[in-house]
Parts: sequence; structure tokens; C-alpha cells
Amino acid sequence: MRENLHRFFRAARGVGVHVSPAESIDAMRAVSQVGLSDRTILRDALLLTLAKSQDEKLALGDCFDLFFSQPEPRQDQPETDNNNDDASPDADQSPSSGSASEAGEGQPPEGLGPLAQMLLSQDRNALAAAIASASGAASLSDIRYSTQRGIFSSRILDAMGLQRLRDELDELTATNPALAERLRAALDALRETVRDTVSQGLALYAREEAENLRNEILRNAPLARIERRQVAEMRALIRQIARRLRERYSKPRKRQRRGHLDVRRTLRRNAAWGGVPFLTAWKRKHRDRPKIVALCDVSGSVAQVSDFFLLLIHSLHEVVDDVRSFAFSSHTIEVSEILEKKTPEEAMAEIMSKIGFGSSDYGSSLVDFEKDFMSTLTPQTTVIMLGDARSNNLDPRADILRRISERSKRLVWLNPEGRLAWGFGDSEMPRYATFCSVVRQCATAQQLERAVSDIVATYQ
Amino acid sequence: MAEQKPSTAIEAVESGLAAQGYIASRQIATAVYLSQQIEKPILVEGPAGVGKTELAKAIAAWRGMKMIRLQCYEGLDEAKALYEWKYAKQLLYTQILKDKLGEVLGGAQTLHAALDQLHDFGDVFFSKEFVEPRPLLQALEQPGGCVLLIDEIDKSDAEFESLLLEILSDFQVTIPELGTVSAVTPPTVILTSNSERDLGDALKRRCLHLHIGFPEQRLEERIVESRVPGISQTLRRQMVGFIHEIRSLDLKKLPSVSETIDWARVLVLLQATELDTDIVKDTLNVLLKYEADIEAATPQVTTFIAKAARSNVFG
Repeated sequence: MRENLHRFFRAARGVGVHVSPAESIDAMRAVSQVGLSDRTILRDALLLTLAKSQDEKLALGDCFDLFFSQPEPRQDQPETDNNNDDASPDADQSPSSGSASEAGEGQPPEGLGPLAQMLLSQDRNALAAAIASASGAASLSDIRYSTQRGIFSSRILDAMGLQRLRDELDELTATNPALAERLRAALDALRETVRDTVSQGLALYAREEAENLRNEILRNAPLARIERRQVAEMRALIRQIARRLRERYSKPRKRQRRGHLDVRRTLRRNAAWGGVPFLTAWKRKHRDRPKIVALCDVSGSVAQVSDFFLLLIHSLHEVVDDVRSFAFSSHTIEVSEILEKKTPEEAMAEIMSKIGFGSSDYGSSLVDFEKDFMSTLTPQTTVIMLGDARSNNLDPRADILRRISERSKRLVWLNPEGRLAWGFGDSEMPRYATFCSVVRQCATAQQLERAVSDIVATYQ
Repeated sequence: MAEQKPSTAIEAVESGLAAQGYIASRQIATAVYLSQQIEKPILVEGPAGVGKTELAKAIAAWRGMKMIRLQCYEGLDEAKALYEWKYAKQLLYTQILKDKLGEVLGGAQTLHAALDQLHDFGDVFFSKEFVEPRPLLQALEQPGGCVLLIDEIDKSDAEFESLLLEILSDFQVTIPELGTVSAVTPPTVILTSNSERDLGDALKRRCLHLHIGFPEQRLEERIVESRVPGISQTLRRQMVGFIHEIRSLDLKKLPSVSETIDWARVLVLLQATELDTDIVKDTLNVLLKYEADIEAATPQVTTFIAKAARSNVFG
């Protein structure tokens, strides 16, 4: 059973539950306490010891159900082709004696290999155990890709002694056709069961790898060239990123700066002991609250990416209290309220319908911003510009950007295009870049996460 | 006890808690049983008011043990949670014992000899006498064991978590001047959290993780039955059904079990026999704690009552 539990831990890791050795020891201890007889109690015990959050509990519950539903297919398959009903209680004995009488001419019953004996006796438990141990020998838990199903099936069958069974089948076909027929039918059923076992193993153990691989690829895929079918996954990924950012930064931790004694507070605190400083008070570091102004290009040239930009700004609204966000293609509007009140999908649709897909004009958009919203900038503000800086050869008005940068703490420009493309065609990036504190390429989810995390972290 | 079947033992936990007026689900009972068997703390998470703190109280009452409660808050530190030296007492004693000290040291000829004699004193002033035990240390010192409730651990600072690690895994604390204090009887430790911030992995790893959500309808009815005995069965069903409908709304703060119980008490006080629109609207402020929530729920009241009544017929 320990073997089984270990495999379950691996499967649990596969569904994203973090199972450390210490946790597996705890789970073992818990299981040894509650025993294995009652499945619901076992399930509860494993959920209690292994899962550490509600999400993990759900995932692990599903995993448990899948894992322990394994024996089912094995049970009914032998039944369907179970023609001989000599399933007496001591099933081990009767068929061997039966085969002895049948195969009496020149072949001793012991000549049949253990696998053949098992198949003929229709001993389900023994078969199930044999399959389980053979899957262990073939290290089924290492299965990673669906293309490996064939090779693992044959490995398991080999480990069960298929070769010997084949030889015996050949022999029996000549000597005892009836018995050979029975054996062949049983073998087919066995193959099917093994295939099911392997599929189940794939579902259990391969998930981790496949998911990680897919996420890894997605994280590094350029946002602009994402295929339709990947958009939903990408959104989910960005939401994950947003959640991570929120967890990390939403509650600023207090940090004391040790080393600078606050003399006044120390004296006051120790007045009770006649000024003998038993308790010391230290000066606290003053930290700015994050203030962010985000300007997002939603024009046609970046339409693919602006979805994700907006999604990220939306998550910024959740992390940071003081965010003002603006969207522009040829002129600028404020979208803070939309992003704050609505779900990401609704907000994105609304913003895009209001102002999106126009042809971009950075100059006039900046003029709009200066005219109406310049007062939002304070010396504590970080300004984030999201856009490709392609202004259709219109006046870029870099002077306004200079004024924005002078009024604010930092100006960060995130550009979905690679550095190589900056300055070519109608890209005004080099001209803008001189006024930015940071310019980053931001084409993949990973870069997006890092950029935002850096911005928020400067306020921590 | 050792050879008792786990399922019966878990049922015993369930009925034991029920006797204290705490209706536990199977999961909760399993967690309590396991924490006792493998001596691990339980970390209880869940929305406010589903009975996380009550669980600790019920366990203490059921086992007849003392409950020691440590309420966490931002800025909670060692001195308030673990132990503190009684500074004033130390000062006072040194003052009083001044003469005595002079006597003892009087015989010494050299400074070195005086120092040696002083050493012989040992750490008189840093002994158990002068330690003020705070909840965590108190819990370890209880001879008969106790239930230690560390309430709302998510409210404390991250550093405080690390302080707890030694207690949670080994049931001991280390006081530099005194050495390591181990638990006389390992206490049953319950930590509660409202998931206001994510707890550290190190802390989570040391605990059994129990999530208490909103109870199912049947369970909640039983809870109301045990807590508010005066309420009639029909009204109980209706009100629990109604609350389940309310929970399907998108509200700022969903009503939890404690609100259900409060509401049941209110309804009994008002001598209601069944739910009707007026009485619900009048008492909605017991259930919902935000003006916006009340506004959102009010238009739905009639439909919800009807639904609750209908499910009542079939249920």
C-alpha cells in the first residue's frame, strides 16, 4: 500500500498540489491512523494533510477520485468474456486441475506460465495485482506524453510475461486448440485492461509536465502572435499573474528600520522606569503609497496586445489603491472607472468599443492628456506608457512627454515591439525614450509580469 | 482507544462536539480526530462566522480542558505572545536585596573573588520567578493539557509566524536565559485564519489544513436546531432555505452561520411562525451588514421566500 500512496503523491504533484517529503510523512501517519477500509475517511485524511488551500483541496479531491477508481475497468472486463464459470471460491485450484485434465496429453499443467494460469483462472485480484506490480516495474508513473501509451502498454505486458505466454499459445494451438482459444480471448481482454491502465496513468501523471510545458511556452510566446484558440488560456495565465502580484503586494508589510533610535519616543515609553531605557523605540521609514497613472494605446496597430495590457491594468487596479488609467488611439479618455467597476471582459469590450481600433496619433493623444489630466501627476506618481510608439508619421509631441516625465517620479514605457524595430518606419521610440526612466520590451506574459512587479516593488 | 476503529472514533468526536452544541461535519470531525492522533495543529480557514473559533471552544468544553486564547493582531510580538521578563519586579528585588548582596560580596577580598561569588548566585534574577508567561508559554505549562487557540493568525505579521514554528512542530519554546521549555502535555492547537493574507508555507506545512465553508442546508438546519431550540421546524427550514438563496447573490459580505443563528433568535423573539416579506425586510439588517447589500437583496426577498417555501415542500 505504501507503494500506492507514493504513486498517489506523485499524481497529486501532477495536479499542482505541493507535496513535500514532510507532508508525505504526515499523510502516511494519518493514513496509518485511519486505515484504508473507509474510502471517505481516507479521502478526508489525505485532503487534510496534503492540500493547503481550497483550490488544492478541489484539485486533490478530483485526483483522488481518479486515482482510486482504477480497479473498476478491470473488474467488469474479465466478466464480459468470462465463459467458463468454474469460478469456485478456491479459484486458484480448480482451473489448474482443469487444465491438467484437459492438457493431459504430454504436457504437465505446471508447464503453463504464471500469467497463463492467472488468465485461465480468471483470478481478478491476482491479475489486478500483477498489472499493478508490472506497471511499477515499467515505471508507469514516468509516462509524460500520449504518444508513449503504446510503449508503456507493451512494457507492462512484457513485465507480466507476455513472451512466455505467446510461446505457450503457439504450443497449445497445436496440442489443445480449445484451451488456446480461451487463453487468446483472455489475453485480448488483458491487453484492453492494460491499455486502460496506461491511459489512466497518463491522465494522472502526465498532467504536471504537460501543463508546465504549455504554460512555459505560452508565457514566452509573443502576445501579438497568439492564436485564437490560445487566447482564453493566455487570459487565464494573465489572471494568474495578476493574482500572484496581488498576493505579493496588496498588503504592504511593515518594515522597521533598525539602527536609528527614536529618542523622544524611547524616553516617553520608559517614563515608568524613571527613564531607564528598557524598551527602545526605533524610527520608522516613511514609505510612499503607490500612485500609478497608466496610459494604454488601444489603436489598431497594437489591437492584439492591448487586450492583455488592459487586463493587466485591470489587475493593477486591484493591487494598488491609487491608479488612474487612460486609453487612447487618436485622443485620450479616462477609463479608471470602467476598469474598476466591471469584470475584465466587459471592461475590455467597452473600452475597445469606445476608443479602440482607431489609427494612432500619439501627438494629439498626449495633447489631450496634458490638457485634461496633467493634474493627476504628482512627484510620487509612476507613469506607465503601454504602446508601440508608432504615430503614423504625425508630430510625436515629445515635449509633452518630457513635461510628464518632469512632473512624475518615474516614467516607464512598455513596448510590445522588439528593440530592433524601434526607430524604423513610423516608430518614434528613440525620441520618446530619452524622457523615460525605464524603457522595456514587453511582448510576452513573462515580460509583462516582470515589468509590473518591478513597478509595484519600488513602492514596497 | 488504540484499537478502536477509526470510523467509530470519528463518530465519537462528532457526537462529543454535538453534545457541546457544535454540529460538526464529517470533515471537521476527521480533522479533530487526526490532530489528536498524530499530534498536529489544525489550521482552520474559511469565511468569517462559520464557527472557526467555536470549534476550539467546543473541543475544549468536550474534553474538559482549559482553553487558552491568543488573539493575533498587527504588531503582536514575542513579549505579548510568549513570555516577558518582569522588569519592575527584577528592579524592585535588586533594590530590596541590595544589603544582602553587600553582605555576600563583603567577604570577598579581590574583585575577582567577588565576581566568582556573584557567579555562584547563578541567574537569580533571570529565573522562572521573573518570567511572566504569555498565552503560548502558559499553554505549554498546563499539566493537564489544554486547547490553544491562535485566533486570526493572518492578522499578525509574517515574522510572528516564524516564532510559532517551534511551538507548532515540537511543542516547545526556547528562552535564551532559561533554556528550552517543552510542553508537559502537548496542547491541542487550533489556528484560525480568514485568508486575509497568504500564510507562509512553513506554517502551513506544520498543520492539518481544514477549510470550513458555508454548511449544507441540512447541516445548517441542525446547527440552528441545536443553537436556537425554540424555533419551529417549518420556520427553520424556510429561513435556512432563504439564507441559501441569499448566498447565491453577489454580495459584499455573505451571511454566515453566526448570522443565521442571530436571525433565528430574532425571529423567535418576534414570535414569527413563518417567513413573510414584511418581517424579512424588517430584519434583513441582522443578516446583511452593508447598506449596499441590503439594497441589492431587498427586491429579491419575495422570490426567495417563495423559493424557500417551495423547496420546503419537496425537502
